[in-house]
Amino acid sequence: MTSTTAIATARPAARTPRLRILPGIGITGQIAFWTVIAVALLAAIGPMFVQVDPNAVDLEYAYYPPSPWYPLGADASGRDILSRLIVGSRTALLGPLAVVTMATFLGTLLGLVAVWFGGWVDATIVRVIDAIFAFPGILVAILATALFGPGLLAATIALAIAYTPYIARIVRSAALRERNLPYISALQVQGRHGFAISARHILPNVSGLIVANATLCFGLALIDLAALSFIGFGVQPPTADWGAMVGGGMSGILQGEPGEALAASLLIVITVAAVNTLGDRLVQRSENRA
Amino acid sequence: MTALLTVEDLTVDLKVGDEMRTVLKQVSFSVGEGQTVGLVGESGSGKSMTVRAVSRLLPEGAAVTGSVRFGDRDVLDLRGDALRRYRASDVAMVFQDARAHTNPVRRIGDFLTEAMILNGKTGRRQAEATAVELLEAVGVHDAERRMRQYPHELSGGLLQRVMIAASVAARPRLILADEPTTALDVTTQAEVMAILKRMQQEYGMAMLFITHDLELAGSICDETVVLYAGEVVEQQRSAQLHRDPLHPYTAALVQARPDIHRRSERLLSVPGHPTTAYEAPAGCAFAPRCRFAQDRCRAEKPALEALDAAGLSRCLRADELRGALLAPVEAAADPVPATGLAAGPADEEATR
Amino acid sequence: MTDTSSTRAIATRRTTGAAPNDTARAARRAPWGPALAFLARRIGGLLGTMLLASFVVFGALYLAPGSPLSFLTQGRSVTPEAIAQLEAQYHLDQPFIVQYFIWLGGVLRGDFGASIIFGDPVTSLLAQRVGNTALLLAAAAVLVLVIGLAVGFFAGLKPGVLSESVMALATAAMAVPGFVAAVVLMLVFAVQLGWMPSYGMGEPGIGTLQHLALPSIALAITSIAFVARLTQNAVRAEMKSEHVQTAVSRGLPSRFIVRRHIIRNAAMPVLTAAGLTVAGLIAGSVIIEQIFQLGGLGQFLIDSVQKKDFPVVQAICLIYVATFIVLNTLIDIAYTLLDPRVSLGKKTS
Repeated sequence: MTSTTAIATARPAARTPRLRILPGIGITGQIAFWTVIAVALLAAIGPMFVQVDPNAVDLEYAYYPPSPWYPLGADASGRDILSRLIVGSRTALLGPLAVVTMATFLGTLLGLVAVWFGGWVDATIVRVIDAIFAFPGILVAILATALFGPGLLAATIALAIAYTPYIARIVRSAALRERNLPYISALQVQGRHGFAISARHILPNVSGLIVANATLCFGLALIDLAALSFIGFGVQPPTADWGAMVGGGMSGILQGEPGEALAASLLIVITVAAVNTLGDRLVQRSENRA
Repeated sequence: MTALLTVEDLTVDLKVGDEMRTVLKQVSFSVGEGQTVGLVGESGSGKSMTVRAVSRLLPEGAAVTGSVRFGDRDVLDLRGDALRRYRASDVAMVFQDARAHTNPVRRIGDFLTEAMILNGKTGRRQAEATAVELLEAVGVHDAERRMRQYPHELSGGLLQRVMIAASVAARPRLILADEPTTALDVTTQAEVMAILKRMQQEYGMAMLFITHDLELAGSICDETVVLYAGEVVEQQRSAQLHRDPLHPYTAALVQARPDIHRRSERLLSVPGHPTTAYEAPAGCAFAPRCRFAQDRCRAEKPALEALDAAGLSRCLRADELRGALLAPVEAAADPVPATGLAAGPADEEATR
Repeated sequence: MTDTSSTRAIATRRTTGAAPNDTARAARRAPWGPALAFLARRIGGLLGTMLLASFVVFGALYLAPGSPLSFLTQGRSVTPEAIAQLEAQYHLDQPFIVQYFIWLGGVLRGDFGASIIFGDPVTSLLAQRVGNTALLLAAAAVLVLVIGLAVGFFAGLKPGVLSESVMALATAAMAVPGFVAAVVLMLVFAVQLGWMPSYGMGEPGIGTLQHLALPSIALAITSIAFVARLTQNAVRAEMKSEHVQTAVSRGLPSRFIVRRHIIRNAAMPVLTAAGLTVAGLIAGSVIIEQIFQLGGLGQFLIDSVQKKDFPVVQAICLIYVATFIVLNTLIDIAYTLLDPRVSLGKKTS
């Protein structure tokens, strides 16, 4: 054992130089990474190339089969499925992005504050985090819909709150480990301010882990938001959205016209698979480095 | 003395990623019945791999050539039940990290008795009584209670005693001790070492003792084999090792240790980093760190040769340097920053 | 749907190893002392969390735009008697905190008030539906525990092409949301092949089982994959562990090593994570019930949200959250008390 590991770490094997934007995540990680980039590009610039009005209803073309005019066919209202998928990618991705951004910001703040102040502040934060953790994201979002009516905004904020404990717990435990390291006490002895130490030293050291877990949260938030839109609580018609398209395609399923639901499902699965894989690899990478 | 264990031309290549890396090169030595042989070297020298080859615990995908003979059996050819019987009754391992090497969710009693019950066909009662006796023999007080405890309730020193008790329980003919005291604190080290030695003598077992500590090997082993970069560089009787090292590497190791009998102005260290077999240079593997190295040392591969009756050395200049290896080092001759040896147990981090 | 996130987080916080410490020594002196203290702490935490959760569910009423009364009536033309009834039910004339405690007192007696739409007591409305939800959850839980653990242990113990392909499939399955699985299963088995009914609960007995097949698979699929992967990882980690190497070096029979050293060690953490995954199924069941129209609590919840029947929404949310918390706590207690690696002194949350 001794010699194997010694050898393994002794000299990094000479690799063929290759363009690697994100090293250390393996080939599967690279495939996942570029898939995520591709989906993001689809959402960013795809809609610019859409020539057809994705919301144009034409009942004469209901369930129209794939053809040069409708590359992926038309839905129950005769709307072009392909352009709805492309335009819908924006709502499908921006929602989870907002959820994750908010949850990561709040969670990181809570985690760092809890670790830095410790004592009753920590105890209170932990208790509140535990209580929120008991509410599954979907349930919080449904409760929010009951209060504020259906819509993407309420669902997004609700999910952000529901996901905050997840990030906060990870940040708290990582920062706790970091805080107990001697170099932090050394900085304290030098009279550095607590917040400065958290922001300048602890945060950069746990940021890899935060990004990795935020990525995993993105996949989960995408699923939750799509599910909400699917049951009609999230994105409202006629706005195009992947989850809403699966829901809208349900009637097609029962009539043997599954095109719309399947196409949107496939995009959801591919995106979630890529994001999850990337997140897993990033978690592994940050654990390897720790 | 009849040889119990004979290792001949043992070469091991390990699979690291997509390539095979050599960790042992044509290692040969033997252990006689009841004899203690020390295997000394730095991390990466291949000493642990040697034990693993003998106990057939090499990682998957390892390529092994040469031979390991135990009595009249070829260990490397053992399969299935024969291999299991060999491990169960002929050799026993004492590992460095006793805590990692005991199952955390099973009690000490289960650990001690499971092998007796399953391999020795002993009844549970009988096995438990034997286990208690053994625990008392290795200096564990309150053995009855210890039997019902979990490993995490015991200190490292106690757990290592349990490990020793477990290994001698099967009455093996050979104990393979892989740095059994490195993870313990100094006072505990001495106690555990004494117990190990006493058990060995009481049961008349042979021992292959792995250590990075030349001093320790010198004090408990009959014969010492020094490994460097996967090769044997010196082999001789332990008693002579300090006074008359045959290889510059051994001499450097001797000088890197403080000695209460020898007053020195400063403690020396071996310059440079330890090397593994895989990255060893073309000539003598030790040449880059050797203060006696000449141009031909870097070009020519030395063979392991006998030096009159004293022992074996793998050094081109062994004859001419004999007796001069322990000469004081001038300050100027030590320009490379010191690393490695003097620091002592450098092995633990490598085992993770 | 959130099951993976919660179990992942919990799985990570469980990896802290137990070193010899003071509690262990204390445990030798008084074996039950620390265990009782731990139980008391854990149950105290449970009650605290429940209280907070109930406060959130009740206080939500005040987060809504407009006055609570107008929110509850939602612009419906309501008779003065109905308004009086609502005011009495929510004690809207009282200060907020008094309202909360009156409401909580009712909840503890099993009184969730009356439905605004049906006028019936919420409790009796829920009682008619809770059975279907329990059946769905039980069926999915059995699938997760049986298939997930079996596949995971097999793939862990027998590395090879088959195991690798099964695990690749599991990784892919983890990216399939429950509602997507439901849609695809319905399309294939109900619409195309016609083997299974596409919605409803059917006649009690065989009919119910048949009606539950697709929903429970759709609900369980992500969790099965998650548990299988987790189990495989745990088994692989144990197989590579040093203590298993010791067992091998002692010449113990491999079947014994697998049973007593590998499976035994992997079982506790894996069962715990699997249990938490099962608790996480509660959230996913809402969507699945709605898709397959199973007439359980989940479908009723969505219905009530659409009809703005807030007392029902409150009651179902609280029941879901409470069940989730209680299950989590029970699993955590069982794990801590049964696994000697976890020391009681350490706070597990």
